[in-house]
Amino acid sequence: MSSELADQAEETAKSEDGPPSPATGGDGRPGARGFTEALLDAVTSGNTVTVTVLAFLCAIFLGGLIIAFTNTTVLHAWGNLFSAPGKAFATAWDTAAGAYVAMFEGAIVNPHAVSAAFHGGPVSTVFNPLSETAVNATPIILTGLAVAVAFRAGLFNIGAASQFIGGAMIAGWIGFAVHLPFILHAAVAVAGGLVGGAVVGGAVGFLKARTGAHEVIVTIMSNYVMEYLLLYLLGLTAFRRPGNPNPISPPIATNAVLPHLFGSTLRVNVGFLIALAAAAAVWWVLNRTTIGFELRTVGSNPRAARSAGMSPERTWIVVMLLAGALAGLAGAAVVQGTNFNVAPQIYGTYTVDSITVALLGRASPTGTVLASLLFGALRAGGVTMQASTQVPVDIVTVIEALIVLFVAAPPLMRAVFRLREPRAGGGEQLEARGWGG
Amino acid sequence: MELKLRGVTKRFGSLVANDHIDLDVAAGEIHALLGENGAGKTTLMNVLYGLTQPDEGEIEVDGRRVRFRSPKDAIDAGIGMVHQHFMLVPVFTVAENVVLGREPTKPFGLLDRRRARGEVQDLSNRYGLSIDPDAYVEHLPVGVQQRVEIVKALIRQANVLILDEPTAVLTPNETQELFRIMRELKASGRSILFISHKLKEVQAVADTVTVLRRGRVVGSPPPSATDAELATLMVGRDVELRVHKEPAEPGDVVLVVDGLVVRDETGRIAVDGVSLEVRAGEILGVAGVQGNGQTELCKALMGLLPVDRGMVAVGGRDLTRASTRAVLGAGVSYIPEDRQEDGLVESFSVAENLVLDVYDRRPFSSGISLRPDRVRDAARTSMAEFDIRAGSIEVPAKTLSGGNQQKLIVARELSRETRVLLANQPTRGLDVGSIEFVHRRIVANRDAGSAVVIVSSELDEIYALSDRIAVMYEGKIVGVVPPTTPATELGLLMAGATSTRGEEGLPGEEGLPGEEVSEVQPA
Amino acid sequence: MTVASASVVAARRTITVERRVVIGGLLVVLGLLDALVFGYLSPPGHAVFSFTLTGAAVSVPNLSVTPRPVCVALGALSCVIGAGYVGFRLSRIARRVAAGVCVAALAVAFLCWADAGRIPLPFTSLLSTTVDSAIPLMLGALSGCLCERSGVINVAIEGQLLTGAFGAAVVASAFGSIWLGLLAGPLCGVLIAALLGLFALRYRVDQIVLGIVLDLFASGITAYLYDAALVPFANRLNSPATFGAYKIPLLGDIPIVGPVLFDSTIFLYITYVAIFAVQVGLFSTRWGLRVRSVGEHPTAADTVGINVNATRWRNVLLGGAVAGIGGAYLTIGSVGAFGKTMSSGLGFIALAAMIFGRWTPLGGVAAALLFGFMTALSGVLGTINSPIPSDVLLMFPYVATIVAVAGLVGRGRPPKADGQPYIKT
Repeated sequence: MSSELADQAEETAKSEDGPPSPATGGDGRPGARGFTEALLDAVTSGNTVTVTVLAFLCAIFLGGLIIAFTNTTVLHAWGNLFSAPGKAFATAWDTAAGAYVAMFEGAIVNPHAVSAAFHGGPVSTVFNPLSETAVNATPIILTGLAVAVAFRAGLFNIGAASQFIGGAMIAGWIGFAVHLPFILHAAVAVAGGLVGGAVVGGAVGFLKARTGAHEVIVTIMSNYVMEYLLLYLLGLTAFRRPGNPNPISPPIATNAVLPHLFGSTLRVNVGFLIALAAAAAVWWVLNRTTIGFELRTVGSNPRAARSAGMSPERTWIVVMLLAGALAGLAGAAVVQGTNFNVAPQIYGTYTVDSITVALLGRASPTGTVLASLLFGALRAGGVTMQASTQVPVDIVTVIEALIVLFVAAPPLMRAVFRLREPRAGGGEQLEARGWGG
Repeated sequence: MELKLRGVTKRFGSLVANDHIDLDVAAGEIHALLGENGAGKTTLMNVLYGLTQPDEGEIEVDGRRVRFRSPKDAIDAGIGMVHQHFMLVPVFTVAENVVLGREPTKPFGLLDRRRARGEVQDLSNRYGLSIDPDAYVEHLPVGVQQRVEIVKALIRQANVLILDEPTAVLTPNETQELFRIMRELKASGRSILFISHKLKEVQAVADTVTVLRRGRVVGSPPPSATDAELATLMVGRDVELRVHKEPAEPGDVVLVVDGLVVRDETGRIAVDGVSLEVRAGEILGVAGVQGNGQTELCKALMGLLPVDRGMVAVGGRDLTRASTRAVLGAGVSYIPEDRQEDGLVESFSVAENLVLDVYDRRPFSSGISLRPDRVRDAARTSMAEFDIRAGSIEVPAKTLSGGNQQKLIVARELSRETRVLLANQPTRGLDVGSIEFVHRRIVANRDAGSAVVIVSSELDEIYALSDRIAVMYEGKIVGVVPPTTPATELGLLMAGATSTRGEEGLPGEEGLPGEEVSEVQPA
Repeated sequence: MTVASASVVAARRTITVERRVVIGGLLVVLGLLDALVFGYLSPPGHAVFSFTLTGAAVSVPNLSVTPRPVCVALGALSCVIGAGYVGFRLSRIARRVAAGVCVAALAVAFLCWADAGRIPLPFTSLLSTTVDSAIPLMLGALSGCLCERSGVINVAIEGQLLTGAFGAAVVASAFGSIWLGLLAGPLCGVLIAALLGLFALRYRVDQIVLGIVLDLFASGITAYLYDAALVPFANRLNSPATFGAYKIPLLGDIPIVGPVLFDSTIFLYITYVAIFAVQVGLFSTRWGLRVRSVGEHPTAADTVGINVNATRWRNVLLGGAVAGIGGAYLTIGSVGAFGKTMSSGLGFIALAAMIFGRWTPLGGVAAALLFGFMTALSGVLGTINSPIPSDVLLMFPYVATIVAVAGLVGRGRPPKADGQPYIKT
């Protein structure tokens, strides 16, 4: 049957009117049912939270399998599966569990450091894993917000790296080329990063509004344009560290460095607070301002937005300026908080990270922050894991990809775990669209 | 080939789109299926083409019972269909479109374009279709595209051809051309099922007529029946909707539309020189069969479609090229035709939807800061005042029934100062209670001094509300008549039967009295 | 013909006139660029082009030119062609040739200017590098065409290249057979494509998101396996042999053209076959007609009995295989050993090439060659100590694509149903 007809049938079914049926009438108010019942319902129906948690567990499980079965000891033990089956399973478990424990120790807390602290060791090492998690999460939060906020306006921002570079370049330049007093210097550099990112993002919004150029293509391409622009700039004398053959900028002035939050032994710095503040600001803009209202309306139903007197084109420009500013802040946070210079590859893998956390966080500021903290933890833990168990850190990337893959396909999770379809409103899925949309 | 339908029934939820339909199509005849929009014609054709499975009833082809599970079954049984939306690939040539799915090939799966071209040329010549097999479909006018669809059916040996509202997209000349082709096909022994709501066309081309209304067969008049007879059968009047209203007390002219010309999204002229004046405190009903430019008229008034020529003014202020925001700001309230697409954001809460076009005004915001407490307060008030039944003001609008969604829109649009109320199909698909409610509100708005324009293809609604009735046909206002005009007269105007009539109103004597109408209609 | 159709034709003609003026004008501008910028600004001294590859059998003498008159001549040629483009209604092929000649003239003028007064510029080697670096781009663009013409967006080309490169290297190394490696590359590409098909067609996940996630997955899994297995067992798993060049008799002996086009690894010849097969397949066979109908108007295809999702599945897998071959080239066709993230964005350039080539195989190939030329040029300019920063040249493909999608120069049109899942009830 044609999809048109299906629409038609659905429309007919929708337009028929009458008293709300009992099936839908009493819903949406869990207070009417018992709490346990509601809880059970939330767990057994494939709703958003359930799907996210299950996706995470699935990814961890598959990641564990990969870790175990690329380990020579495990493979050797499995070679003797029939003579010593117990050993085969035990080594596999030990290998995977060992890697994850190391990851946990690197990301959250290391019991050895705690016990050492009780015996007079440095207290700061207890908090070092959390500090590293926060440091890793900072740029992911900011770029993730850049994707999330655009997503709320119906735009797909795959250009976090380009906007990040825009921010990093300006913040870095202000950092090493300008001389200003403490605090002010850092603030001006951060503001410069914000502007730099906004310019790059805004250009995309402008192109989309004026010519209809698809933002996905433009942002993908802009990443590479900005990467090469960065390389080009780092080749210029104005940007290059004197006497250094490598393309790397001079170090930024100490006045421009974002101060550490808990002393110099922990890397966590003001950048993390900026990220959290930005998340709060995004929440406020989205939910408490007329701009946010327009943005969400345009993203949810552009036709209704037009009928209500809004201009989707104007909104696209505004939201891309905003998104660019956020990613630009990430650039400033990295340059001023951890790297202290501008170098090639400074944009890391933020394009993909930002998309994955925004998807995982369902494009809400809170969700994005939580997802970013998870990813920050995976990153921080991954480094420790590699150092102590020799499991390559790239397994983190695999786990991230798997999480998002599973989250993006709730029907798959429901099928695997035999969950029910959620009641109305849950288990939302990204609406697929083409280049044309 | 003979085609018989017996007791075909199709339900969508509680809506019965087709209610025990019987239909006989003899070989070599043009059988017209006449009915208003929503009468169930298209559903019936989809059943016949295997796109939908009927809930009850059976189909016979040449005396054999058949079941069509997919269009392929229907095609194999010799049924061809020309859809309202053409099933043509725009970037393909005519020949490619025609042979798609049954392509002549040379070795290695290479397309035999010459043969494809030849086959199309043959059919084109035989029926005088004048189609160029090498032309790209997207470059062809719709009339020719339609002929390509016909060739597509013919090349698959269709003996029964279903034409779904084929003239809706055609110019008068193209329509004449289509009729000529239909007669040629008939002469070659094929049957044609011709779906239409245009009386003149049915009279011009059909051998047999079946009239459908609200999913049922209500009569099979001879094609020689008068316009009035056909119109009465088709339009009918079975539900008496009366809203208590005082006679209008029209004040100053508020809305002026002068010589308005508007093109639709495809560039076709949809509104063709419309002039209207609406006074404060009166309701102008714009009657007409759907698709005669009403939607484009509303959109142009709202600044949602650009105006080609002409002028729009509200309260003396020229709004011809104004943005939608400016139009809303000038005191125009708008109830759009498609509430789910244009009127609501379904994922937004009831409260948010209630401020969808006033969120940037006081008291809902100050500066760029929204004031959710004010939004909520207003939402609670509106919910009570307009009897919107929803779990709370925080539930998403998509959880509301259609009637309550519409009440929400009405509440939003009538909760502010309005000078003009523009409502397009304000009660489509609503239950009787909601219709009454919406109607009462609209009348109250008139009494409060708004100039009201109601666009509707439901005659009942037009009669219930209007102080004056303007009839739109093919983008033009073909008459402005008082609400005392008999339904048959109005039906005739709507069907384009008397497009030459002026604005004086119509003498009533040729219309059928209401009682006869209810006689034709089964209880 | 009816009045309406006549007016449609008239409308089309005015569009063509506009486009003719814009593109013709652009060609004239290119010509002025040749003559005024490259011609008059070129430093004194000769530009020398060397045509002989090191170790080549046939030796061709160097060509030494004075940049200014050559550039002016080339510029004049471009101006004339541009004027002709505006003035005459050229056929499609003539239009392509005209644009091609002007672009080539620009390239030559640029080279004259860049090489003036410097060491000889290795022209043949420049072309040869162009073709070599375009191989994965061409195959990637063809992969994109195959998928998107059937209505599935393929942003996972990068991932397919990467897994293809990985699989080819490992299998060729482990089994000691480059031919098995050549088989493994496409199979690994198909693996990623199967995930793309599963999630896009079965679970209807947004295909752009999906492509990006699959790229992430591919880069993660190959990097992980590289560290976990290829580094410790480099001798056994990551030291494949590579395909040597095979010179086609006679054709390979043609000066300049021969060494560039007919003296290369099997991958170039596979690419020729793939270009031919995809172009002819899509536009001249029953299969192609059906594929394109599915990508443009799936409902219409369905009503004439074409299985929409089966068609898409086939094309997605086929696309994965083609991109996988491109990946295999990166290892067993060129450097041998696999390296982490060695595709380094080539998949996205391939995507750009496909878009720049307006979703057609030949267009994509032409764009891939153009982008490959930029890459090769940036390398060559380094060797002759040209002041042109290579980064600016490498930026070119992406800027060109942005310009193209913004519609500034002839915007392409993706298949109508590209990226939209087909729901059959």
